[in-house]
Amino acid sequence: MDWLNAIIQGILLGGLYSLFAVGLSLVFGTMRLTNLAHGDLTVLPAYIALIIVGSTPRFNPLYAIPMVMVIMFVFGYLLQRGVLNFVVNSGDIAGVIVTFGMSIVIMNGLQEAFTANSQGLDAGQIENMSITLSDQLAIGWLPLIIFILAVVVIAALQLYMSRTKMGRAFRAVSDDQEAARLMGINTKHIWAVAMGVALLIVTIGGVMMGIRTTFNPLLGADRLIFAFEAVIIGGMGSSWGTLLGGVVLGVAQLLGALVFGPAWQILAGHVVFVIILALRPRGFLAKTVTA
Amino acid sequence: MKTTTSTAAAETRPYSVWVANRTNLIILGIGVLVLIIFIVFPFFDLTSWTRRLVEFFCYLALAQLWNLMLGYAGLISVGQQGYIGIGAYTLWLFSDIIGINPLISVIFAAIGGVIIALPAAALVFRLKGGYLAIGTWVIAEILRLIVANIKRTGGGSGITIQATSRMAQDMGAEGWMPLVYWWALASAVIAIAVTYLLLRSRTGLALKAMRDNDLAAESTGVNLWRTKLYTYLIAGAGCAMVGAIEAMYSLRVHPGSAFSVNWTAYLIFITVIGGIGTIEGPVIGTIIFYVLRETTSQYGTWYFIALGLLAIVVTIWSPAGIYGWVIKKTGFMLFPLQRKLRFAREGETPAPLASGGEKAVA
Repeated sequence: MDWLNAIIQGILLGGLYSLFAVGLSLVFGTMRLTNLAHGDLTVLPAYIALIIVGSTPRFNPLYAIPMVMVIMFVFGYLLQRGVLNFVVNSGDIAGVIVTFGMSIVIMNGLQEAFTANSQGLDAGQIENMSITLSDQLAIGWLPLIIFILAVVVIAALQLYMSRTKMGRAFRAVSDDQEAARLMGINTKHIWAVAMGVALLIVTIGGVMMGIRTTFNPLLGADRLIFAFEAVIIGGMGSSWGTLLGGVVLGVAQLLGALVFGPAWQILAGHVVFVIILALRPRGFLAKTVTA
Repeated sequence: MKTTTSTAAAETRPYSVWVANRTNLIILGIGVLVLIIFIVFPFFDLTSWTRRLVEFFCYLALAQLWNLMLGYAGLISVGQQGYIGIGAYTLWLFSDIIGINPLISVIFAAIGGVIIALPAAALVFRLKGGYLAIGTWVIAEILRLIVANIKRTGGGSGITIQATSRMAQDMGAEGWMPLVYWWALASAVIAIAVTYLLLRSRTGLALKAMRDNDLAAESTGVNLWRTKLYTYLIAGAGCAMVGAIEAMYSLRVHPGSAFSVNWTAYLIFITVIGGIGTIEGPVIGTIIFYVLRETTSQYGTWYFIALGLLAIVVTIWSPAGIYGWVIKKTGFMLFPLQRKLRFAREGETPAPLASGGEKAVA
C-alpha cells in the first residue's frame, strides 16, 4: 500500500513539475533561449501572492492567482523586451550568462526583501481536505487540483498553439525567424508574449506550490533542475511529454524517498533522469530534433 | 625562432607569420619577474596578505579554466562547483582515510576530477548549449547530494580535515600558510600555462576555429566532440585541484560551501567582466572581483545583486568585456595567440622577432 501511495502522490507531484517544465520548454521552443532564471521565476509569484493577500490573510490566496498571473505576464513581457530580446540572437552563451545573472538578482533580491526564512500561503480548509480511498490511501484535494490544472493548462496551450493566430506566430518564429519577419510578424513582440505566457503558466504552479508547502528564495535552483529534467525525460518540444516527464520524475522521487529514506528523494529523481539521459537521450516523446 | 617564410604560388611577395612582437618579450620578462616576487612573497611574513593571495590565485585558476571551456570550446558549464567539491573531498579521503600527506593528495584530487569528468562528459555532451549548462548543474547536485548523504563524510554538516589541521597546528600559521600559498600559486600558473600551451598547439587552433564558427570548424576536419572533451577534462582536473587547495586553506570541508553554485556565479562574473575568450580577461576580472569583494562583501546580498546586474549589463552591451575593449582599441595582446600575416617590403627579407610553434602554411 505504501508503494501505491508513493506512486499516486508521485504522479500528482509530477503534475506540478510539468507546470514548471511547460514554461521552460515554451521559452526554449520559441526563441531557443535556456532560461536559467526560470526556477527563481517560479518562486517569485508565490511572494507576489504573499504581498497581495498579506501575512494575515485578507482573502484566500487561491483568489489571488488570476491577479498574480496578470502581473507575471506583464513582468515577463517587459523583461523580454527590456533585457532578454537583446540576447536571443547572440547564441547560447550570452543567454545563459544573462539569465544566470537574473537568477542571482531575483534570488538575492527576494532574500533581501523577505529574508531566507520559509513562508507559507494559507488557503484554509482545502489544504487538509482529501478523498479517502481506503484506510491507508487518501488523495489530497490540493495535489489533485494542481494535477488537473496541469492537464488543463497543457491542453489549453496545445489548442492555443495550434488554433490561434498568436500560436501560429509562435511556431512560425520558432521555425524560421527571418521568414516570419518577412511575413510581417514582429518577432520581438512574439518573444515577449511567449515569455509572458510562460510566466503566466509558471505562476499557477508557483502559487499552488506555495499553498501546498512552504517556500523560500533559495528554491529556484531545484525548481529549474526539476523542470529541465521533466523536459528532457519527456522529450523536447512535446507538451504532453513534459507531463509524462514530470510524472516520471515525481514518481521516481517519492519511490526513492520510500525505499532509501526522505534524504534521498531528490537524488533518486536525478539518478532516474541520468539513466534516461544515458539510454534515451531524446526522451520519450521528442518532437524537435535540433537543440 | 622557427618560422617558415614561404612564397605561395599565387603570391608574389614573401610573407612571414608573426605571433609575438618585441613588447610581448618585454612583458614576458616582467611576467617572470612578477612570478619570482610571488614565489618569494611568503618569506616576507605578511600572513594576512599571503592568505588573501591564496584565495586570489584559486579564483584566478578557476576562472582561467572556466574561460578555456566557455571562451574556446563553447562549453557553458554552470556545474564546476561539482569538481571543486570533489577535489575537496578527495583531499579529505586521501589525507585522512588513506593517510597520504595532504600536499601530495592535491595531485590525487586532480586525478579524481578527471575520473568524475569522463562519465559526466559522456552524459552531458548529449545535451547542447543552454541545456548542457543545466546538465552540468545536475551532475554537481548529484555529487553534492551523495556526499551530503554519506555519514562517513560528516554528512550535511561537513568535516574537519584532521591531517591538515595537525600540520597547521604543528607548523603554525607561518609555516603552513606558505605551503598552501605555493600550491595556490602553482595552480594559477598551471592553469594559465596549460591554457596558453593548449591554445598554441594544434588543438588550440581547433578550439579557436570552434569558437569562431563550430560548423565551419567541423567541416574542415575538427573533431568537435573530442576537442570539447579535452577541455572539459582539463577543467575538471583543475577545478578539483583548486577545490583541494581551498580545503587545505580552510582545514574543513562542507558540502554546502564546497558544492555551492556561488562558485559559478563568481566565475561567470570574473570571466564576463574581464573578457571571454582571452587569457588576460580572467586575470583582469579576478583583480576587479577581488577588489570588489574585499571592499563590498559586507553588504551581503546586495553585493551578489550587483555582481548579477553587472554580468547582465556587460553581456548585453559589451560582450567582449574589459580586455576585449582594450584589444579593440590597441590591438595588443599580453599572451599572443593570434597569428599576424606580415608581407615583406620590396627587396626585404622578412625577419620575424619571434614566432609560434607551428609552421606557416603557404
